[in-house]
Amino acid sequence: MAPQRPPLKLSKEWMALSRLRIDQAVIAKLVDEKSRVLDLGCGDGLLLEYLFHHKQVQGFGVEISHEGVHACIARGLPVYHGDIDQGLSDHQDDSFDYVILSQTLQAVRRPEFVLQEMLRVGKRGIVSFPNFGYWRIRAHLALQGRMPRTSLLPATWYDTPNTHLCTILDFQDLCKKMSIHILRQIPLAAEGGQPTGLLQASLSKWLVPLSTANLLAPIAVFLLERGEP
Amino acid sequence: MESASGPSSQSVGVVQTQYVELFTSEKRLPLDCGASLGPVQVAYETYGTLNSERNNAILLCHALSGTAHAAGRHNPDDPKTTGWWDIYVGPGKPFDTNRFFVVCSNNLGGCDGTTGPSSIDPGSERPYGLTFPMITIGDIARLQKALIDHLGITRLLAVAGGSMGGMIALQWALDYPDSLEAAIVIASTPRLSAQNIAFNAVARQAIMADPHFNNGNYYDKERPRKGLALARMMAHITYLSEKGLHDKFGRRLQDRESFSFGFENDFAVESYLHYQGSSFVKKFDANTYLYITKAMDYFDPFPDPRTTAERLAKVTARILIMSFDTDWRFDTSRSKELVKTLNWHAKRVTFEEFPSPHGHDAFLLYQPLYQQSLASFLNRLYQECVGTTEAPAEIVEGVDGIV
Repeated sequence: MAPQRPPLKLSKEWMALSRLRIDQAVIAKLVDEKSRVLDLGCGDGLLLEYLFHHKQVQGFGVEISHEGVHACIARGLPVYHGDIDQGLSDHQDDSFDYVILSQTLQAVRRPEFVLQEMLRVGKRGIVSFPNFGYWRIRAHLALQGRMPRTSLLPATWYDTPNTHLCTILDFQDLCKKMSIHILRQIPLAAEGGQPTGLLQASLSKWLVPLSTANLLAPIAVFLLERGEP
Repeated sequence: MESASGPSSQSVGVVQTQYVELFTSEKRLPLDCGASLGPVQVAYETYGTLNSERNNAILLCHALSGTAHAAGRHNPDDPKTTGWWDIYVGPGKPFDTNRFFVVCSNNLGGCDGTTGPSSIDPGSERPYGLTFPMITIGDIARLQKALIDHLGITRLLAVAGGSMGGMIALQWALDYPDSLEAAIVIASTPRLSAQNIAFNAVARQAIMADPHFNNGNYYDKERPRKGLALARMMAHITYLSEKGLHDKFGRRLQDRESFSFGFENDFAVESYLHYQGSSFVKKFDANTYLYITKAMDYFDPFPDPRTTAERLAKVTARILIMSFDTDWRFDTSRSKELVKTLNWHAKRVTFEEFPSPHGHDAFLLYQPLYQQSLASFLNRLYQECVGTTEAPAEIVEGVDGIV
């Protein structure tokens, strides 16, 4: 029997959580209260807003689009308008408890460098990315013979920001190569936005067993820590 | 809120500059150089209404050549009497005078009503000229603080300014951390570079080399107009971008079909700069130019990393830093330098860079993205610090915990 879960204290918290993408909702749960957070590629700031208001975190977001920066400003969130490389290089070692990259790693120019930098300035890193090993993507390529387009990866091959796609296995290999310690890996069965009732029902039914994750999970969240070199 | 389609045409209407005397010959304004001044007259304007909690006040800090006249008109029929930041200050504008009480004063050392080198020295009963003590950005903020105290405001919602005004806003966050919620620093810098100082130095030399300068004692004689105009012409070039200037004038000739093969104003840009110079000298004092540029040169709140931590320890204000991509007077990297310093010390900073063809002057002009971000920042500040607090949320049964 599942342990008794505490009721969500505030309807606002529940509402705020239900507005997040499923990977963001998982990330929100991974972050400790009152920690210092850097959200790279924070978009419209929904995740950061949740963390500020319901986890009392400090920190800020980094966002390249004016649209996203403006949304963050309107939410009262500190935000840095710029690219992720500079958003990282400006900081001292261990400046943050968590550095978050939610569905952003696949779009950065140098993923290895970004991972290394995020675990330099942050004590822990949280990464979510679309799993290119997901069976629908494999099937799309196998049966149609064309570059897969899914709800998570809707862009055409010639006009996509996602230049560094990988599978869960690929990501595990890179972590191993970089001596990055994987604290948690959470493959998820849902893709993007989640229905409002989802949280009420429990998020846990969206978890995918690790053994089949590379085939069955369209998206995964990793909690990382710098390992011994 | 103001729509994104264009600047609001609403105005605060006809306004008048007010004057107040602060400090006395006994209780004087102390200055960073060790000297002091008293009494000191301050010229200021206010727009909007101070609420009963006195927590909706915003101080605007003007740049080098600005005045206390930020918004509205002095003469309703003369658009030339419109305030320097009227695009952003007024009903429905980012500095929304329906909600905020906006104060703008002429800087210490200025020439628009606040005590400066052209004021009468009570000791000699003659204009100070170069006997006016050297002033700093810190002194300018100190006098503003005295004005804000005089107005009965203990905590400002925001202090905002562009260029040198941004330096003053930053100074406020450092010197009076308990007296403001937010500092808005636009097209500014935490310190002048060697190139910035070099431009100021040449401007000062142009003024002092004018035969009418007379060591600053020119108030009852011919003024050093040519020197001041030259200083302004040169500075004006640094306020515009190369592309902006070229798009506006190109190689167009002024009132002629072909080259003069002489040293007249052949090109339209020459004529434009002459106009800028000659209109500037009608309203500005050469000695003020010397003192204020020197105050900018001296500004350097974080000269040493060891003292920076101490300097920033008490800073609680949220700080909004904005820059423009074609500004080369204080380019984006200077704003980022400030952001980096503040971030290293975990301050609450927001930074945004905007596209504009207008160079340094962009902060004074309409730019929709800039306007929206400014408006949203101030709107949020209002909601959090002035507006009514949110109703308590009800408890609901829900399920928590996935990981």
